[in-house]
Amino acid sequence: MTTIQRKAVALISGGLDSMLATKVIQEQGIHVEGINFYTGFCVEGHTHAIRKHDADKVKRNNALWVAEQLGIKLHIIDIIEEYKNVVLNPKHGYGQFLNPCLDCKIFMVKKAKEWVDEQGFDFIITGEVIGQRPKSQRKVTMPIIASQSGAEDRLLRPLCAKNLPITLPEREGWVKRELLYDFSGRSRTPQISMAKNFGLNDFAQPAGGCCFLTNEHYSKKLSDLWQAKGKRDYEFDDIMLLKIGRHLRPKPNFKLIIGREEGENLFLEGYRKQFTHLKVISHMSPLVLLDGEPSAQDIELAAQITARYSQGKDSERVEVQITTQSGVSWVMPVVPLAVSEIPQTWYI
Amino acid sequence: MMANYELNAKGLLCPMPVIKVQQKIQQLTKGDILTVYCTDPGTQHDLPAWCRVHGHTLLTLQQEQNEIKISLRVE
Ligand code: SF4
Repeated sequence: MTTIQRKAVALISGGLDSMLATKVIQEQGIHVEGINFYTGFCVEGHTHAIRKHDADKVKRNNALWVAEQLGIKLHIIDIIEEYKNVVLNPKHGYGQFLNPCLDCKIFMVKKAKEWVDEQGFDFIITGEVIGQRPKSQRKVTMPIIASQSGAEDRLLRPLCAKNLPITLPEREGWVKRELLYDFSGRSRTPQISMAKNFGLNDFAQPAGGCCFLTNEHYSKKLSDLWQAKGKRDYEFDDIMLLKIGRHLRPKPNFKLIIGREEGENLFLEGYRKQFTHLKVISHMSPLVLLDGEPSAQDIELAAQITARYSQGKDSERVEVQITTQSGVSWVMPVVPLAVSEIPQTWYI
Repeated sequence: MMANYELNAKGLLCPMPVIKVQQKIQQLTKGDILTVYCTDPGTQHDLPAWCRVHGHTLLTLQQEQNEIKISLRVE
């Protein structure tokens, strides 16, 4: 009798838990491939890629690194457009900030289920652990994710399976339940020691979640964006720009994005055709994008703020070049704003 | 018949260049050569890693100023 080679897809985040969950299932003779979803909010890559001062850090993509360590294929899938609905209308609400973790998990497992059906795989695994995350990884959320994603009993969480009802792969004997785990709670000790036993080290330990939506400051900037737009919506460029630079909103009708260093200035240069932009030409200066509908007076204020962030900030007068989206350009001599003239409330 | 293809991933930040390569390769066949042009320094790590993970062969990786050119063979 020939046995069928069973196949599972693992949701690979690049962190330790999904790596271990995959390893546990591989050890049971299952063929595993990984999926990594790209929402546009992922912390992975961007900030390192943009900021020059981070240039020395290894710019590896953790999900790819994990796949390589495990010897599995990794499919990176762009879900930017579809994910909007998760961020804008989360049925289960937000976590501490604008992170819709429970809806996000349901959505990702749902996408994985579609992938499994298309590719002829048998089940889905995740690195979830009961009690690990206060909102999305609780005993009550586990069945919600399984049912609302449509994955039902084809969703297996190897690290805490023993604390959950039996799933299809266990029932069918594709995997042995007794070789699965019963981790629970916030402690990382069992994971660290399991990693050690598997000989895995150098894994990524992202602090505070896998995406920018768990970041307080980022969420604040996203709320501000919605307020300024007058509706809850975003484009890919919007959410990318929220990761970059210093954001100041001196008035409701416009905000400034100020590059903080060379890498950010270079990145912002790519947006020059989409925004009015300012730069001091008499001194070293960041590139500043102006987002909104400014009046002539607003442009002067923007130029004074730009001057404040240039090396001419202590000069009596500096020359600021202003260029509109359509390429019309002029030079405006201005007095840089003093630090005390920039209220804290302008900083988003 | 093996063929040469090019992909412009300039201005895209990781992991978008990898996603684009992945999508392009789905349309190619074994032996085809794909040359990718990128600007994100992260691609120097990510694209070779992606090739290793999927068993494709990295042929060349060149960086000139802010541009990175990566050639790979579909396996
Ligand atoms: S931290 Fe972000 S990516 Fe992770 S589950 Fe929450 S919303 Fe989704």
